[in-house]
Amino acid sequence: MAANLPEQAGKEAILVKGWWRANKWLLLRRFSQLSILLLFLSGPLLGEGYWIAKGNLTSSLTFEILPLTDPYILLQSFFAGHEIISQALIGAVIVTVFYFLVGGRVFCSWVCPVNIITDTADGLRRKYKIKGGARFSRDLRYWILLMTFVLAFVTGSMAWEFINPVSILHRSIIFGFGYAGFVILAIFIFDLLLSRQGWCGHLCPVGAFYSLLGRYSFIRVSAKNRESCDDCMDCFMVCPEKQVIKLALKGAGKGIGPVIVGKNCTNCGRCIDVCAKDVFKFSSRFNNDMLLNESKKEEVAP
Amino acid sequence: MIEHPLSRRRFIVETARAASGVALLGVGLGLYTKESKSLPVYALRPPGVENEDDFLAACIRCGLCVRDCPYDILKLSKLAEPVALGTPYFEARKIPCEMCEDIPCVKACPTGALNKDLRNIDDARMGLAVIVDQETCLNYQGLRCDVCHRVCPLLNEAITLEPRHNQRSGKHTLFIPVVHSDKCTGCGKCERACVLEEAAIKILPLDLAKGELGRHYRLGWEEKEKAGKSLVTPDVEHKYNLPEGLKYEHEGKGLLKDSH
Repeated sequence: MAANLPEQAGKEAILVKGWWRANKWLLLRRFSQLSILLLFLSGPLLGEGYWIAKGNLTSSLTFEILPLTDPYILLQSFFAGHEIISQALIGAVIVTVFYFLVGGRVFCSWVCPVNIITDTADGLRRKYKIKGGARFSRDLRYWILLMTFVLAFVTGSMAWEFINPVSILHRSIIFGFGYAGFVILAIFIFDLLLSRQGWCGHLCPVGAFYSLLGRYSFIRVSAKNRESCDDCMDCFMVCPEKQVIKLALKGAGKGIGPVIVGKNCTNCGRCIDVCAKDVFKFSSRFNNDMLLNESKKEEVAP
Repeated sequence: MIEHPLSRRRFIVETARAASGVALLGVGLGLYTKESKSLPVYALRPPGVENEDDFLAACIRCGLCVRDCPYDILKLSKLAEPVALGTPYFEARKIPCEMCEDIPCVKACPTGALNKDLRNIDDARMGLAVIVDQETCLNYQGLRCDVCHRVCPLLNEAITLEPRHNQRSGKHTLFIPVVHSDKCTGCGKCERACVLEEAAIKILPLDLAKGELGRHYRLGWEEKEKAGKSLVTPDVEHKYNLPEGLKYEHEGKGLLKDSH
């Protein structure tokens, strides 16, 4: 079978699996992203000062007991010269352990509100066949990550937080918008017209940090049924980090296991959604033995 | 693994390109950061901030202090406001600090940007009240406004009224409000309450409000008291050519008639 057109990506899965199953993980992610934001607005929404989560994504207190802190911003604070022995450190350790296990970029695809904007831009790019634009290395974000730490050290201040669209967006949603709309609009236009997945997939140092954090994460997407792949290319069309799929999906001949181990994979599960052949599923990184599937088959049908 | 298609030359060029592009961005952002670190005088930090530079290194802009302020005084700076983006502040003239005894904002701070060593709110130094305009302050005109004095949470300690002769009427007293920096917390209640169109008493940042003696400078009378005696050679008693029966007393009594 030939590759589908980009604007057709996911259509086949809807026909085969039905709309709900073909959008299952996308809907779950949107639910996760929006409900996390709502938790931070519980005070004004529920009234009587009842807060489920206070603060914002950089640091929060849930049910007045559970501290959570973004380890990236705390590291910036450390490089800016602040002693980080505090309640925030406990929160950062909890967050670090969590993302270390479930996958660092889970923050990007399941929590970060900017993801909704850049996904929308990417969807519109496919729909209206907007192609091309600026191309730069996907490693640029790691240079920017390094720069944010160097700048924090040199200026003695969390320099990146003066322009960080990630923290600007969620803080604005929770504490009042002001002119933040322009930053969001800029990211949207950048991703729509100037560069495909330009922000989340190339530049954002927050994502770069979480990529490194989840380098050895336990939960991974696996192209478990890769032998049924019919090369429709839908997963490549929708994947925000499509370079991570190829080795796992097409590496059987080279002795490469089916688990997507690339650190930039966001565990968004969109490839699982759009695949009409159910090639992908969530799995653990340890189910990556080349012979595992074959040996199991032998056990079942000797 | 798959052979990497990049030649060494291309690898070096691409790395240099990425590094220098990011370095340029870094220079721009660094300079912008330097500029953005300045704080306008009307923006006051919550209690427990000793130094703006340390604060900007420590504050992670989470807004927990804002949430725990029972009077909704604090707000986080938004884009295009001249306060470091996302950091908490308040404006005394709009809504001053209520000086809660349990200091919930400091307790809420997860990083220590608001210093937990501050346990007594009276030790807070958010700024210092200064009578910035004697020409409009009503008490300086001889009226008994006294509002700043009366609203002060440290009544008669941070602001006292000092009597002075009213030269205009010649027979009345001016009650001059005087701020004492060893007591004033900079809560801003006086600035908020000032009845003028534009407040004559304002909370200024400490370094702007306070002078400082040169480190070598000593006040003679204080040193004399510390040492218990004059530190310079005592004056030789001056000899006056006075008519008989008169003498001059140096310690303050002045001209005296000999009494015998």
